[in-house]
Amino acid sequence: MSKLHTVNKSPFDRNSFDTCLTHAEDGSAVLLIEDGVYAAVAGGQTAARITEASARLKVYVLGPDLAARGMADDRVCAGVSVVDYGGFVDLAAEHDAVHSWL
Amino acid sequence: MSDNNEAPPPIPPDDDEDEFGVIKKFCYVNRKAPYGTVYALESLEMVLIAAAFDQDVSVVFMDDGVYQIKSDQAPEAAGMKNFSKTYRALEGYDVEKLYVSKESMEERGLTTDDFLVDVEVLDAAALSALLAEQEVVITS
Repeated sequence: MSKLHTVNKSPFDRNSFDTCLTHAEDGSAVLLIEDGVYAAVAGGQTAARITEASARLKVYVLGPDLAARGMADDRVCAGVSVVDYGGFVDLAAEHDAVHSWL
Repeated sequence: MSDNNEAPPPIPPDDDEDEFGVIKKFCYVNRKAPYGTVYALESLEMVLIAAAFDQDVSVVFMDDGVYQIKSDQAPEAAGMKNFSKTYRALEGYDVEKLYVSKESMEERGLTTDDFLVDVEVLDAAALSALLAEQEVVITS
């Protein structure tokens, strides 16, 4: 059963990003939204975990939430795809279930 | 007994007071990202109020609070108000002591070029010293 995991909290403030990565099965998708998008920014402490995760999971980040926070698409770690709201809908439709790691 | 219409005698100034009353060293410590919660906006409003009362205000950005002053914020597309420009207006209220935690900035892959205001970057020891000298500290 394919799952879309969403994470909406900053990885520096809560452990939901780490917990999500620990429990997401290989091949499932992780979409970073709201303050969760900070995890995708290159050069910080989360970059290594993102790189590691993108080898076994599909990792996405919501573009408008990145832009809201002043993060340009080129600040995102390699291996992470930027999607818009339409892309979010597509991901939700393509997967059998959505797991929101609040 | 004095006449009711007579103004009360002015309070004599001393080291801590001027005509507006006591001036204290206020420090606002911002630790939250700007849009996930309302803390950042509320803290900014408190800073402006303290400045309006001519207090000696310092503002610290640490932990996720460093994201509050990231340049190029564009939350309108996500349906939120862009209050980041207000940080630039702080100078006009004589709030010029802005500090960023070095460790917090570096952990997040940020540099001083990422900020929309001029800040002084302090390491943990320097930040501790700054906080120690404050009379009022408000963290949010």
